[in-house]
Amino acid sequence: MSSVTRPALYSETIRERWRRPRFRGELAGATATAEDVNPLCGDRVRMQVTLQDGRVSAARFVGDSCAICTASADVLSELIEGRSRAEASALGAGDVLEILRADVRPTRMRCVTLPISVLAKALA
Amino acid sequence: MTLDAQTRRDFPILERIVNGRPLVYLDSAASSQKPRTVIEAMARYYETSHANVHRSIHTLGEEATELYEIARDRVQRFIGAAAREEIVFTRGTTDAISIVAEAVGRTLKPGDEILVTDMEHHSNLVPWQVAARDRGARIRSVPLVGEGTLDLAALDRLLTDRTRVFAFAHVSNVLGTINPVAELAARARRVGALSLVDGAQAIPHLLLDMSVLGCDFYAFSAHKMLGPTGLGVLYGRRALLEALEPARGGSEMIKEVWVDRATWNDLPWRFEPGTPPIAETVGLTAAVEYLEKLGMERVREHEQALAVQTVDLLSAIPGVRIYGPRRERGAVVAFSVDGWHPHDVAAALDAEGIAVRAGHHCAQPLMRWCGVVGTSRASFSVYNSSEEVALLAHAVASLGAAL
Repeated sequence: MSSVTRPALYSETIRERWRRPRFRGELAGATATAEDVNPLCGDRVRMQVTLQDGRVSAARFVGDSCAICTASADVLSELIEGRSRAEASALGAGDVLEILRADVRPTRMRCVTLPISVLAKALA
Repeated sequence: MTLDAQTRRDFPILERIVNGRPLVYLDSAASSQKPRTVIEAMARYYETSHANVHRSIHTLGEEATELYEIARDRVQRFIGAAAREEIVFTRGTTDAISIVAEAVGRTLKPGDEILVTDMEHHSNLVPWQVAARDRGARIRSVPLVGEGTLDLAALDRLLTDRTRVFAFAHVSNVLGTINPVAELAARARRVGALSLVDGAQAIPHLLLDMSVLGCDFYAFSAHKMLGPTGLGVLYGRRALLEALEPARGGSEMIKEVWVDRATWNDLPWRFEPGTPPIAETVGLTAAVEYLEKLGMERVREHEQALAVQTVDLLSAIPGVRIYGPRRERGAVVAFSVDGWHPHDVAAALDAEGIAVRAGHHCAQPLMRWCGVVGTSRASFSVYNSSEEVALLAHAVASLGAAL
């Protein structure tokens, strides 16, 4: 029962991104922003990007969300910086999961995909 | 003997091993587990007596009809209703509330008001919003005070001659607050408003007597009271059900049909269109018999003790916050852990074989009042033990730096 013997709940990447997200915060001068909630749990994520000459020059997220969702938003923000609008829009759950190196259960997949669908709204 | 020692072996699912640990099921407020008698009664019905009810002139049809109507009598007695005509079978609590909201909704006029409370489950909010939407009626809500009880002083201001319906929960599915139904129903009646009580979280835990509560409508689900899913009950005072024009049509609810019109069947069938969940009513009969055998006072005492033990143990853990009244409460305890999202808490507890609920519990207005997106929630039934509460507290205390 002790926390010493318990295997980690999530992958090292998820835990690291939850504890110390690199892309969390407000983005001053964002040119595209969208926000949505996960109806399952009420989690809320806002994705903010700055588009320059059709490319994402900066991305940040803010949100009230679980470890998986926060890690997904953080990784997604990192992934899209420097990409064209089309490249960023084409990213899917598989791309994020590959970096999270996590076997996410079906009940939690919406935690991974919420930031992705919010980004799609922002870039639409 | 404690109640759990007596009941535990009656619930086959409690033998499950989850993630290498014996299952600790603390999510009965979402849906309770079923005793063997319920499971077997339903299987026996399908193996020996199944047919459609009411219109089958053959042996099986008669047996099925008899079992279906016996369930109604058992429920009537269980909740102290005055007549069997006052028991309408529905698909669940949400459905029962919707039946009233749809029927009353057609009579709403601009300026009419529906009064709800800030602690309602979405199922006792959205049907009223839908009903009010196109009729120019308005939704008002009773705020909460203190540890999460209704602001009864505000009620004088909110409950007026414009109020058509006062809809409120008997027991909050998050805070565990037990609302004074008799008082609230009486105050509604004084201004000429109907009272509808969402009893989903009360029926599994409290001894109910409709003649004492005095409300006009009372809704609950079978699956939270050791019975099967897909079945609920709408209790309604007979005179009111008589006066209510059914909003849903179908086979069982008619007396005579022409291509362009129909006359309605008698109560309670008037509100039961279509083939009902028959096996489920057989299961509900078994569930009611099981609870009656235990005695609802004993059930209440057992679950109240578990809830209070949970409040005491969890609130002693640094960084853990408890929601709702500390003492007088139903069989649910919602809590949050500093630095942890409720879903991550639930996932970590699941790794220990402990099932709790996490999220907004379909009560987002209440979550806003609590100032959180969601909470984790432990809830109890007749089969839960003091040892299980201790396991929960230990697991929460050792969450530590796992994330």
